[in-house]
Amino acid sequence: MIYDVAIDGTNHRLELERSEKIWRCRLNGRDVQMDAVLTRPDVLSILIEGRAYEIKRERTAVDLHYWVGPVRYSAEVRDPRSLRGRKGTGNDDAGPKKLIAPMPGKVVRLLVAEKEEVEAGQGILVVEAMKMQNEIKSPKKGTVQKIVVMEGASVNPTDVLAIIA
Amino acid sequence: MFLDFALVLLRMFKKILIANRGEIAVRVIRACRELGITSVAVFSDVDRSALHVRKADEAYHIGPAAAAESYLNFDKILGVAKHSAAEAIHPGYGFLSENARFAQACVNAGIKFIGPTAQSMEMMGSKTRARQNMEKAGVPFVPGTSRGVESPEQAEQVAEKVGYPVMLKAAAGGGGKGMRLVHKPEDLKSALESAQSEALRSFGDSEVYIEKAIVNPRHIEMQILADEHGNTVYLGERECSIQRRHQKVVEESPSPIVDPEMRRRMGEIAVRVAQAAGYANAGTVEFLVDPQKNFYFLEMNTRLQVEHPVTELITGLDLVHLQIRIAAGEKLPFTQDDIRIRGHAIECRIYAEDPDNNYFPSPGKITLLLAPSGPGIRRDSGMYEGWTVPIEYDPLLAKLIGYGTDRDQAIARLQRALNEYFVGGIKTNISLFRRILKDPDFHAGKFDTSYLDRLLKTPTPEVKGEHAEVAAIAAGIFAMLDPVSGAGNGRAGTNGNSAAKKEAGNGWKQAARVEALRG
Repeated sequence: MIYDVAIDGTNHRLELERSEKIWRCRLNGRDVQMDAVLTRPDVLSILIEGRAYEIKRERTAVDLHYWVGPVRYSAEVRDPRSLRGRKGTGNDDAGPKKLIAPMPGKVVRLLVAEKEEVEAGQGILVVEAMKMQNEIKSPKKGTVQKIVVMEGASVNPTDVLAIIA
Repeated sequence: MFLDFALVLLRMFKKILIANRGEIAVRVIRACRELGITSVAVFSDVDRSALHVRKADEAYHIGPAAAAESYLNFDKILGVAKHSAAEAIHPGYGFLSENARFAQACVNAGIKFIGPTAQSMEMMGSKTRARQNMEKAGVPFVPGTSRGVESPEQAEQVAEKVGYPVMLKAAAGGGGKGMRLVHKPEDLKSALESAQSEALRSFGDSEVYIEKAIVNPRHIEMQILADEHGNTVYLGERECSIQRRHQKVVEESPSPIVDPEMRRRMGEIAVRVAQAAGYANAGTVEFLVDPQKNFYFLEMNTRLQVEHPVTELITGLDLVHLQIRIAAGEKLPFTQDDIRIRGHAIECRIYAEDPDNNYFPSPGKITLLLAPSGPGIRRDSGMYEGWTVPIEYDPLLAKLIGYGTDRDQAIARLQRALNEYFVGGIKTNISLFRRILKDPDFHAGKFDTSYLDRLLKTPTPEVKGEHAEVAAIAAGIFAMLDPVSGAGNGRAGTNGNSAAKKEAGNGWKQAARVEALRG
């Protein structure tokens, strides 16, 4: 399997194959001696050239992260072969991503407009709750397809705020 | 070792109701189980799936999430006690634990309240009354007034006498409310007015008194234990100076600056305080300590405290067992001379808060929990994987305690355990503790109550991401071995009921104020 993986915005090309229990791994053109075992859902034990890592995958209503030790990475995995022709409903990794309200509050400011190009991590809008302001960021580089809420709107967790294509 | 088992069985309660929730309810339920006592839990609408309900022998629903209609509701709690034939009630900390009227209501209902009498609570509950009584008992306290300030003129006189800076404090207060620090005489009058109105708003009592403000004090408290036969002992001090906005975050025992002689002096005074209050059961006497190591009585907490585990670990005693046995009429099974302090223990309070967003509460579903264990690690927890942290209550998830033969070993074990701790799905303040435990001043024991607010003003050190390639490989492997179904699509991991979330904004703050839980 070949994957395009974006870690915190930087792209990596990954080739992975497993036959019997032997893994073959090639990262950005370099062969990596690697073994991996899923110890339980969301927890991976990886051995890379003798070094051991415990990787946790964390899924919330809003995003997906991988933790290597105490450091968190955001990741997007694309299977390049199936990219073409995909309409991308919901939040498929390569398709449009819905921006979801993580907390109850009020939309106090829109930072971008529809059709604007945005970077991963760029602030899209600001939600205020308990007298504190929280900037909601774009999970990917793309175009603001739609801003669903207006300034002044009350929002609840799992409400869709915007869609980034 | 001290347990006379046959006698205990004769006098002991058969059934105890735990009027609390979360990690402390689990703690008390465990003590009941260990003593062969049937435990009765109570739960509100949002706590049906809580850990304490699963661990109890019996459990009863007591009402809606709002504490006033459930965990703070006398009639409901006493109703369950009667219905289940519970002989005693353990109030935990927060909620009804320091409510003198509730303690009296238990007496009136013929149910034993596991704690001090209503009279002791009342004496210590008002800070001015406590000071007056301490004066009589010859206990050193911070110079100032023992009665509420009667006029701005009188306030000015007192402030002149004790010397600026002075602290204005609400007599009925706590948790940092109704407090004003005044540096200059010109500011006194307006500070007094605003302290009085905040006190009235927060506690229904505008009485404010004055104390000399000790600059950068340490907060050191002494655990005492008294039976109902007049025997009172002290069990060592706890250093609780590491606080964020007056809320304790890290506690340890013994204090890095207290030597055996100072411990003896503070302990004997704490015992005198308890005796002056006619105190029985577990309690804590709080002191402020100035840079010259002079200590002054601050207040007494008439309950078991959140940080009691550090005392248990260095003394080898089980405080909840002892609370129950004292309430059952037993004499203390040891004297002051029998008490030995050994080793060092440090506790971190794990909260569902976002350290990168001003410690904003972070309710939601815990999707993954990898909890530490191993040598010298104790974990008192109310959370579990798959649990949804409710918004309505103080977000204390667990206490992680490291114990070692000395302070360095306790720190090393706690750091190791913090690195093993992973809570996925919500934000926690675990990264804050990693930061504190690395700090050279913390290692040197060099801190006071302003330490943490100062540390947090310095920029958070960048955590270097050296493992981006490992993450990339992991991402691919997960995609192959453990594909995510519907992850991040807005429906997965839905964090609870939307309608309930509407109240969330006020829920946390309200609840914490009402419970006066922290500290």
